[in-house]
Amino acid sequence: MPEYEPWNQERAASIIAAEAHREGACLPILHAIQHAFGCVPTDAVPMVAKALNLSRAEVHGIVTFYHEFRRTPPGKHVLQLCRAEACQAVGADKVAADVKQRLGVDWHGTTENGAVTLEPVFCLGLCAIGPAALLDGAPLARLDGGKVAAAVEAAR
Amino acid sequence: MTRVFISKDAASLALGADAVAAALASHATVVRTGSRGMMWLEPLIEVETPAGRIAYGPVEAADVPGLLAAGMLDGGAHPLRQGPTDDIPFMKRQTRLTFARCGVVDPLSLADYEAHGGLDGLRKAIAAGPAATMDIVLKSGLRGRGGAGFPTGIKWKTTADAEGDRKYIVCNADEGDSGTFADRMLMEGDPFSLIEGMAIAGLSTGATKGYVYTRSEYPHAVATFDAALAIARKAGVLGPDVLGCGRAFDIEQRVGAGAYVCGEETALLESLEGRRGQVRAKPPLPAHKGLFGCPTVVNNVITLATVPCILRDGPEAYQAIGMGRSRGTMPLQLAGNVKFGGLFEAGFGLSLGEIVNDIGGGTLSGRPIRALQVGGPLGAYFPEALFATPFDYEAFAAKDGLIGHGGIVVFDDTVDLAKQARFAMEFCAAESCGKCTPCRIGSTRGMETMDKIIAGTSVQKNTELLRDLCHTLKFGSLCALGGFIPYPVLSALDHFPEDFRP
Repeated sequence: MPEYEPWNQERAASIIAAEAHREGACLPILHAIQHAFGCVPTDAVPMVAKALNLSRAEVHGIVTFYHEFRRTPPGKHVLQLCRAEACQAVGADKVAADVKQRLGVDWHGTTENGAVTLEPVFCLGLCAIGPAALLDGAPLARLDGGKVAAAVEAAR
Repeated sequence: MTRVFISKDAASLALGADAVAAALASHATVVRTGSRGMMWLEPLIEVETPAGRIAYGPVEAADVPGLLAAGMLDGGAHPLRQGPTDDIPFMKRQTRLTFARCGVVDPLSLADYEAHGGLDGLRKAIAAGPAATMDIVLKSGLRGRGGAGFPTGIKWKTTADAEGDRKYIVCNADEGDSGTFADRMLMEGDPFSLIEGMAIAGLSTGATKGYVYTRSEYPHAVATFDAALAIARKAGVLGPDVLGCGRAFDIEQRVGAGAYVCGEETALLESLEGRRGQVRAKPPLPAHKGLFGCPTVVNNVITLATVPCILRDGPEAYQAIGMGRSRGTMPLQLAGNVKFGGLFEAGFGLSLGEIVNDIGGGTLSGRPIRALQVGGPLGAYFPEALFATPFDYEAFAAKDGLIGHGGIVVFDDTVDLAKQARFAMEFCAAESCGKCTPCRIGSTRGMETMDKIIAGTSVQKNTELLRDLCHTLKFGSLCALGGFIPYPVLSALDHFPEDFRP
């Protein structure tokens, strides 16, 4: 289970400095920031822009282009449920509806107690054993609503 | 102690392979491998016996005491015993070249890799020199396995001939198509073959740096490949003096951030350069002006990982397999509602019907197959009437479809093709990079039009509008995302019109 650090400008500066020398450093920097803080905080955007000699608008454009970069930290656990065709063929839509109902959230939502964030994902490469998901990066297969709920409960 | 082999492929882990390995740890020497690709038998245990490897599966941790009592470690009889792994019909019918080592070796043992023919190809390439190496790749008939099917040897030669003080090899491991998992399996099960293939590409074209762009949805592949890179560097397979040949080549892995369009080669290059993953207009081709404006080879994982065995065994052996202009083997991926799902590597030319019925065993649900989507979310839906179509780049194009990266998703008769057509448009709207208008606006309008058709509003008029819109997308889009999204939509409409009636 990921533990995120609270926002800290000095820490962010050192993360940026550690990656900035690389060719095309923007994505590695954003990944490292999100890894530390659980998201790409608004305050980090001008810092990345300055380090890479880009405008703030450009960095904002990059952060918002990629589905994976978040603007606010997720819940304690992140459940990425596959929505793609191979999982649809074995009932993923039903699983998604069931999970949404059990958790009381829609896509990208976090449960009221902050325990789980539900993210849609298009394919995890587990297409012969769907419906599939990643829970905090651990793969789950042949899911139904009950199995997802049990996995989430076990992770708590 | 007896050696047993258990996969640590993400699919095997999802089915409980770690618990099975833990239950066996005190009884046998457990070697963790990649997957053999028989997903319905995972977690699969293979026991090393004098008669070869004997397979047991699918095993749950709770089965282990019973298996041990039945004498599994000596290959004893048990209801889960599948016999010698290589004799299982699904394995026996394959021609495993690219995936020959996957599921057999410890993915992070370079000694294992070399003992199974690894690095022979790179050594031959060094001895032969760049021009002869590229000639071998060209003669083999190898075409890009990412989907476009461009001849690999020509791409390499174009890059080699292009002027530039720096050149790059970029591996596209952004395997975003639903129903495909060959890249993931290979990077988790035999990562050195990709490293070797990229090194051969680098030495041939004069590139000294390689990038692998892996999707973030594959955390296990990312971790295994990074570990393999460190091992290869330490052993001198990568670095300033590749296998002592006096020339440099190194590889760095970069991780995507959940944008499907970054699987398009120019969007991938933009993303690698640190920008939004928006496609570039071609020309210039990446072979002339690619990463950071330098000549760049962009190849798929499977293309690059196949090169070492072509060098090792010679182009004739590879060229001899296949049909028409599709030479060699293709790792087919059987997915969705299929009884025997997994990876099946075979020469081109099998018919769709053979693949899904004879090899795949029909649906998992036991209901009749109604549709197959081949080649990912941009691939066409095929009805049973087209099951005679042979798996071949040109044969699929002739039926208004594409083989893409070799994924085949099986749907039973509960599928609603109007819903699938709507999903295609929804997916395109969510994943469009926004650069060209047909894709950016057209996908959203397509989704709205599908909603009207599904709701029964002016169905005939809206169906005509949908066709017109698909025409615009097909011919007006900058890249394959907008250009190919009409394939699933129109194939659904043409082959399953009953689903579009009010």
